[in-house]
This record gives sequence, C-alpha cells and structure tokens, in this order.
Amino acid sequence: MEAKKKTLLEIHNLSVAFWMYNGILTQDQLQVISDLQLTVYPGEIVAVAGSSGSGKSLLASAILGLLPGNAVVRGHLYYRGKELDSVQQTRLRGKEIAWIPQSLTYLDPLMKVGKQADGHRKPYPTQKRRALFQRLNLPKETENLYPFQLSGGMARRVLVSTAMLTDAQLVIADEPTPGMSLEQALEALKLFREMADQGRAVILITHDIDLALAFADKIAVFYAGTTVEIASASEFRMGPAALRHPYSKALWQALPQNGFQPIEGFQPYAGALPKGCLFAPRCSQATKECKEQKPAIRSVRGGEVRCFYAT
Amino acid sequence: MRLEARKLSFRYHRKQPWILNNCNLSVETGSRLALVAPSGYGKTTLALLLSGYLQPTEGEVILDGRPLPQKGICPVQLIYQHPEKAINPRWRLRQVLEDGGQMQEEIFPAFGIQREWLNRFPGELSAGELQRFCVARALLSGASFLICDEISTMLDVITQAQIWNKILEEAKNRSMGIIVITHNLALATKICDQIYDLSKQEYRDKSS
Repeated sequence: MEAKKKTLLEIHNLSVAFWMYNGILTQDQLQVISDLQLTVYPGEIVAVAGSSGSGKSLLASAILGLLPGNAVVRGHLYYRGKELDSVQQTRLRGKEIAWIPQSLTYLDPLMKVGKQADGHRKPYPTQKRRALFQRLNLPKETENLYPFQLSGGMARRVLVSTAMLTDAQLVIADEPTPGMSLEQALEALKLFREMADQGRAVILITHDIDLALAFADKIAVFYAGTTVEIASASEFRMGPAALRHPYSKALWQALPQNGFQPIEGFQPYAGALPKGCLFAPRCSQATKECKEQKPAIRSVRGGEVRCFYAT
Repeated sequence: MRLEARKLSFRYHRKQPWILNNCNLSVETGSRLALVAPSGYGKTTLALLLSGYLQPTEGEVILDGRPLPQKGICPVQLIYQHPEKAINPRWRLRQVLEDGGQMQEEIFPAFGIQREWLNRFPGELSAGELQRFCVARALLSGASFLICDEISTMLDVITQAQIWNKILEEAKNRSMGIIVITHNLALATKICDQIYDLSKQEYRDKSS
C-alpha cells in the first residue's frame, strides 16, 4: 500500500473514560480506552479483534459520537483529514458512516423489519432492499415479520442490510456474523469486500478470527483498551512465528483448530490497570522493564506493535 | 439420566409453517452433543422446547422418563445466544447471580468475574462479560443438563477456550449432559462426542 494514500479515518491517542459514582457525592473516572491508534484507508477492511471488554464496541460508539453523557473523550479523530467533532458526527452518521450494532435489541420490536430497514429515506429503497435480502439469503416473507419472529442469524442479516442500504463510505460492523451459518457469513463478508473494492472502507469488529482472516486486509488486535498490534491478515494466517505481540500469539493458539489452549489469567479490570505494559501480568516473557514502563507503539516489520521485545 | 425429544414439532400458529417437524433426539448425562444447522432451521426453538420455555405443538420432552417439571428451577438450563436479552436490565449483577442459587464466590476467578462488576447494571458491561454471568448463573443452579446456544460467539477466543474448559470440567465433575448449538464446526468437533445435523435430522460423522 502506498504511503501517501489519503486516509479515510485516523484515530490518534484516543482515550475514553467514564465518570462513575464511588460514593453518594464523589465521582471517579474509569479509563476504558487509552492511547488508541488506528488508521483506515479507503478500500480496506480493517478487522478489530481482541479480548472481550477491551473497548472494541466503545471505539465504534466513540467514532459515531454515541457515547453516553458521562463519557470523557480525549484525543483526535479525523475523517477524510477533517476533525471529526460532535457536529460532524451528527451530520455524518447514518449517511457517510454507517453502523451495524452488535445487539439485536437495536431493532424496533414493534415494526416489521422490511419497513424498518427502509428507514426514513424517500423514496423508499424497497427494490434495493429486496435485492439485498435475497442476496443475504433471507426468505421473501421476512420483510413482513417482526424482530421477535426472526432467528438470531436472520436478525443479524437484517441489521447488515440496513447499513448496506446507505451510501456510507465507512461501515462500522460490530460483530455482524454470530448466528449466521458459514455460507451466510461468507456472503455478508463478500458484500463488505465488494464495498471496500469500490473504494469504501469497513471496520469489522469480530471474534471470528478465521472469517476476518479470509476477508480483511489488516487486523488490529485490542487488549485492555488499546491496540497491541496491527498486522496484515497474511501474517496472521502464517501463525505465531509471523506475529509480533505475545497476546496475538496467544489468540492464535486459543483457536479450536490450533490447540484450544488458553493462557492463564484475565484481562486487567479497567479500574486497576497495571503500571507498565498492560499484558505484562499474563506474559511469559515479561521482565522488570515491562512491569514498570508502558511500551509505546512502534513499527516492526511493516506492522505496528506495543511491546519492548517484539522483533 | 436422559433428556429426550420425542417426535417434537413446533409452529407458532396453525396457519404458519412448521419450524420443527418430528424431531427425535436424546442426550445422556455425561455426554456432549453438538447441534448444527444453517440459520433459521429451528436450533434455538429446539433449545427453548427442551428447556421448557416453549410448549411443543406435538410430541414431548422427556427427562428421566417423565415430562419436564413445571415447578422450581428447571434441571435443564438454557444459556441464551444473546446475554443482554437474558438478564433483567434493572437488576444489579449481584441479584442476577443470586437468582441462580447460593452465590459461591470461588467460581469468580474461573470465569474472570471481577468483584466490582457485581454492583453494576447490565448496561455497564460488555456482551462477553455478561455472558460469563449467564454461564455462572446456570452452573450455580446445579442443573443436570446445560444447553449452550451459541454462547461463545461474543467472546474472544482466549476467554472462549477458558470458559469452555471450565464448563467441560464442571460437566465432568457433576456428570452433566451438554447440548452445544454452534456454527463453528471446529469448536463442535473439539468439545462434543456427537454432532447432530438438524437440517438433515441425522447424526453426522465427526471426522467429516
């Protein structure tokens, strides 16, 4: 990829914290995302993988400006080189930046899904929507059903189609595939791939690393609210030897087909983050330096990694 | 003990198509069965029927030679696909756990549950974190059968492996029977003794 290419979305040193009551009158800030970096170019699918509760969905909310009132956001977001502030976010979301939410509760329970996928666009994009439903293998009657009558996978596909109906340049897909069979998930991701090939971009938040590997261009690995590694998908396919960060290696080894071996311990709780490297307490190669200093993100072999000892 | 589905059929209304038709299935305690089928083939409906949340239109669910008990905590516990829908949004998570039975704090480390989370509301935790509470709640109830409906898709692979290893360990200790609904064939082959394909209504060869 040429270095001078214009970025679609740039995230610099993003931090998100929440004000939380710790008594009746006193509040504390709980930092859930810290120093996060991510760059998305047009034509790319960027998969965001990583630990559950590492702030992947919060990142999506932060980009869209959908965080609740007690959130404090620091750092900079740029969309097409322009600062993405709350005015821009309100203007762009749903039009330029589309979102596929993770939870099925985002579907209106009292509205037939066909109608709600059409939304408020006039004239209703009914033809386009029917073609999309068909492509996603949803039976013709689906449009007249209410959300509770759909299976988990069907509801997900309806959510995917709502985002595909927009002309968004950037789609943030938060776990779009659970509940879908492999063929359906492949079809949904093929839609994303086609979008990306038209010069648009997709941020794909997922736990299904196998699927992500097959379609994504690069993979950002999250841990405890920050990016620990950004690697190309081909490196992930090659396995632990090509990866840079010990957490990415551990992810690879925990896949059912690669041994199903989890590493010990848990991701640190946002209120009690370690002083040094966030992964140090679980890392087998951690040294004194790791426990005392936070490694900065640096470039190694064409990817980016946050580890002192990555080679 | 054996959990059996006998000629199970279900539809929401007599004018609507069958979601499940004449399904026969049985699981012994101590064994693990994977249920696979494309989306929309009634896997979740079958799970709801087996755990007593829905009444079959035809056929019956038999546990240990008798129909499912209608009172008390059901010995067949279902863990839902969507944890955010299976937890009362107005309860703190402590209440959610206590709903399953006597709280045993020693299980927390195994599931990676932080003590601080107990005082939070479900909206303040991620889906993966909520799912750990759902699994812990089901295990606390002392069920003899566990139905896991796509419980691990919202978890990262490391937590996934940790939780599955814990469930398998508990299942072995208490000789529970487990039905696993999943789209991930690698996972199904890894943890189950048998794989049942609901779309063809037949057992599938594990090696293929």
